[in-house]
Amino acid sequence: MQQKLKIIITAVGIVLAGATLTANVHAQEGVRLSDDTGIYKEFGEKAGLVIIMDDFMVNLIKDPRTRSSFEKADQKHIKEQLVDQFCYILNGPCEYKGAKMKPIHANVGVNRESFNALVEQLQFAMDKNNVPFRAQNKLLAVLAPMHRDIITQ
Amino acid sequence: MQKIHARARPQLALVLAALAGSMTMAASVHAQTSDFTTSSKLLLTGGVTNIEGSAGGGLTPWAIIGGYGTKDQVGANAFFTNVRSNDYELRSSGALIGFQDRVEISFAQQKFDTRQVGGALGLGNGYKFTQNVFGAKVKLVGDAVLEQDSWLPQIAVGFQRKENNRGDLLRALGIKSDKGTDYYVSATKIFLAQSILLNGTVRFTKANQTGILGFGTASRDKYDTLFEGSAALLLRKDLAVGVEFRQKPDHLPFKEDNWSDIFVAWAPTKNVSVTLAYANLGNIVIKDKQKGTYLSLQVGF
Repeated sequence: MQQKLKIIITAVGIVLAGATLTANVHAQEGVRLSDDTGIYKEFGEKAGLVIIMDDFMVNLIKDPRTRSSFEKADQKHIKEQLVDQFCYILNGPCEYKGAKMKPIHANVGVNRESFNALVEQLQFAMDKNNVPFRAQNKLLAVLAPMHRDIITQ
Repeated sequence: MQKIHARARPQLALVLAALAGSMTMAASVHAQTSDFTTSSKLLLTGGVTNIEGSAGGGLTPWAIIGGYGTKDQVGANAFFTNVRSNDYELRSSGALIGFQDRVEISFAQQKFDTRQVGGALGLGNGYKFTQNVFGAKVKLVGDAVLEQDSWLPQIAVGFQRKENNRGDLLRALGIKSDKGTDYYVSATKIFLAQSILLNGTVRFTKANQTGILGFGTASRDKYDTLFEGSAALLLRKDLAVGVEFRQKPDHLPFKEDNWSDIFVAWAPTKNVSVTLAYANLGNIVIKDKQKGTYLSLQVGF
């Protein structure tokens, strides 16, 4: 009995240590990868981003998990905003003046499934345009925390 | 031998039924959504299946919940693993279900074949130990994939209840019990910007050679606190390579060593993954320097 108690206490201790170690930094509109000089080129610069976003939007309309969020939206505007936002994150010569993540997604009704589907479709679009896997992951690492503002269901 | 086979058969049937069930379910999910599956975790982020049936690496459970289900979904996997060292063979098969990306329940049946060593020990060539492992795991906090701006890993706690069919022999060898329960805490994190995955697991166990040689000894019936770790490099979204380590106790007259492996895991589709590893298992009973291949197939959704 005493031993079981010891195990439980140790387990709880480990969990608490893990939880308190973390200072929970809040998601921004995208941290700029300002130390990375090569990553913008790996995405094909602005012209590359435009093509990737075109392919991305085609994928999003094709995928039944994401279609409803995009088919009636202003797709041209969304693509332009994404190009600017990604260009900024990827240390390119752009500024992101677009909307904050939280208010624009408030009524879209994104759940975890459609969010992951969107990530998957972005990966397909980046693959198609030969963006190196490690460069893709650097971008996704910046985008992933935005789930807190995007997923509402 | 006949008797063991008869006992093992219903459990094997159960595993096969679960396997068939999960494949049919996966197939029907596919049919509903044509090109797209509704299993919505990202590729390989459900991990593979540990030799004891829990989602994780091959040697150690991770904090992730198995299957590709997310918050509102159920995911499931069935697996078959074969580890063949110089003198022994371990076959493990089973299935797991993940509920709402929160709770995982699993079952695995392990068959440890002593091959020629059984004969040398007077047990007969091909003498086998069969062990059933019932597992459950609960995710407590964190998200291994999404929380990329935080150091908090995904943390889960779980247990593996193990029942070995060779109680009489084990007791004759001075081993306390043929049944035991391992408890563990796992922390898993994918560092996306670096394309690496790290896992650390602390296991509380009385098991000798993971329970194949029973639990505790006549003179010692205490839990050990042991460390297990995995590190993987993500090469492509469907391909990862890595290393694993599993600390082991050493309380029997025949030495027991820590385990390690190097592995490559490949997921050609969301429904299938194949893991190939080279494992170093050290001394097992009377045979030292056990090394060999680890091959695992997983199907699910």
